[in-house]
Amino acid sequence: MSQATAVEQARSAPGAEPGRAILEIDNLQTHFFTSAGVVRAVDGVSYAVRSGETLGVVGESGCGKSVTALSILRLVADPPGRIVGGTIRFAGNNLLDLSESEMEGIRGNDISMIFQEPMTSLNPLMTVGRQISEAIALHRGLSRRDARDQAVEMLRRVHIPEPERRVDAYPHQLSGGMRQRAMIAMAVSCDPKVLIADEPTTALDVTIQAQILDLMRELQDRLATAIMLITHDMGVVAENADRVVVMYAGRKVEEASAEALFEQPGHPYTKGLLGSIPNLEVAAHTGARRPRLNEIKGMVPSLADLPRGCTFAPRCAFATAECEAASPPLFQHRAGHWIACWHADRLLDGAT
Amino acid sequence: MTALLEVRGLKKHFPIHKGVFSHVSGYVYAVDGVSLHIDRGETLGLVGESGCGKSTVGRTLLKLLEPTEGRILANGDDITDLDAAQMLPYRRQMQMIYQDPYASLNPRMSAGDIVGEPLTIHRVGAPRERRERVAHLFDRVGLRPEAMTAFPHEFSGGQRQRIGIARALALNPELIVGDEPVSALDVSIQAQIINLLMDLQDEFKLSYLFVAHDLAVVEHISDRVAVMYLGRIVETTDKTSLFEMPLHPYTEALLSAVPIPKASAKTRKRVILTGDVPSPINPPPGCHFHARCPYAMARCRHEVPLFREVKPRHWAACHLHDGGVKFPLAAPAGA
Repeated sequence: MSQATAVEQARSAPGAEPGRAILEIDNLQTHFFTSAGVVRAVDGVSYAVRSGETLGVVGESGCGKSVTALSILRLVADPPGRIVGGTIRFAGNNLLDLSESEMEGIRGNDISMIFQEPMTSLNPLMTVGRQISEAIALHRGLSRRDARDQAVEMLRRVHIPEPERRVDAYPHQLSGGMRQRAMIAMAVSCDPKVLIADEPTTALDVTIQAQILDLMRELQDRLATAIMLITHDMGVVAENADRVVVMYAGRKVEEASAEALFEQPGHPYTKGLLGSIPNLEVAAHTGARRPRLNEIKGMVPSLADLPRGCTFAPRCAFATAECEAASPPLFQHRAGHWIACWHADRLLDGAT
Repeated sequence: MTALLEVRGLKKHFPIHKGVFSHVSGYVYAVDGVSLHIDRGETLGLVGESGCGKSTVGRTLLKLLEPTEGRILANGDDITDLDAAQMLPYRRQMQMIYQDPYASLNPRMSAGDIVGEPLTIHRVGAPRERRERVAHLFDRVGLRPEAMTAFPHEFSGGQRQRIGIARALALNPELIVGDEPVSALDVSIQAQIINLLMDLQDEFKLSYLFVAHDLAVVEHISDRVAVMYLGRIVETTDKTSLFEMPLHPYTEALLSAVPIPKASAKTRKRVILTGDVPSPINPPPGCHFHARCPYAMARCRHEVPLFREVKPRHWAACHLHDGGVKFPLAAPAGA
């Protein structure tokens, strides 16, 4: 326990509220054993989520952000996937040591998850009320009738109009935004301590996305839930996360407070990613000569055949022989700002 | 000056068939009276949420779908009623890039044959010249000419989109309609494709109709932007005015809902709309937006607002501006 406290202190920024780390992932390795070889989807990732905070986890397709989340709940399909190393500590226990039935007591209860596409993660043959009350009945031991009343209450809490009627609706009878609300209702029905949201708004239109993110903030304020917000959208992260973890090719390349990350990105990949997104404000004020977006050349490497050394080196403008020789460890450059890059100092100096 | 392409009062209604005799039980009013024009060398962005009809506009104005009503003019010629054979010379001038590079390339054709197919159909040049042209196009969009013999599944998403772009360029068109051309791509690849599209525009003096839901991308690539809501255009102007002075409440809400990737974004004031986009099968009467509009008045419920030039070169369809331009929209009436 004392060791955990030390880690936590080292990570918290001075002046920042030292929230308690509720979930700590340490050197997690999740690999997939396929005919094409071993795919190192998660390759030694560590980060912690604190009570009441929103941790943004960003990266492009295949960077391992979703597999990390599935590993936390031990939902990685085996075979072909297997957690081959590391620990995931929640409330003093290593989740990887728990039995399947102990895990069932945690899933949907202490740690719950919402997915990108509510149409595929809700059961189309069950009313949303049944699906919400199933979790409540299972974890809280309520009778069916009480659980149903509780489900109506949950639907009201996520601002679904006419909850008494909608509790009997099937998923296809709801709009995309309503379905996502129903899924959130299900996820928070047992007051989870950690909510993992995997691209919760990616399938939604922006005006509906704004509603859903607003709802998540409201629930967090009330329940002090720790939220792990997994997304590819830097804008969503900027507006919602307190701290951010940036992942690339199965590894964490940067971790910082949201302010520090957007003001002074320290990893060339983060910097490149930020430069490659059109910014609405800037875009609106550039005239006929539009600036080119800062593209990151090339593509994400195959996870079955990662380059030696820094996996980002082949795409990186800062890369030197050093980068190709050895993989850079994570250094703490400022309090709470961790970067895995041999040239982070150069980048940070250039940014100021 | 005649516009490169112009549509007036364009409507596209899809019948809904029901029952054993598949009688028509209703219509999806996908496009319900859209007028717009695209000038030479410019990019018009068409933005809106799913189901607003923006893709249908793109397809209908290339006559890939027959319009229900309205006129389509290419270089001033009315092409609305032309048949497929008569359309051929016009088709050379107007090409399309699709959203999903996985679904829009024939998996049984090599990449080279896909890009060369428009040349074959329009009988351009001898086979050898075609091959050279295809190789040149591959080079121009950033693909290795050796890749001509590969099949679509051998390419990544970004590379497939490059194949789609090369195919669209094959006939040297004047206008390219891009239907969400970068939406399926990761951000770092998205930037590569956006840059490529802008470079090609400079090089070949292309005009684009850029249909997308991502307002930041649309603002980046466009000169002018048209905002669509439920089958109608609610606002059109140059991109700076649209951002600085949105004159339609829907545009205002859309701008405010787009998350901005910078540290100060958390403190931004937001307009959060209530409710969902209504169905285009049964659109609300009056202004289509009234049920979600924070400024809706009694007349908005039954009276369709005219799409008119509220300020010079700034068109909007909203009753708020009837007594003169009202900006910001939230200001009390008469202020």
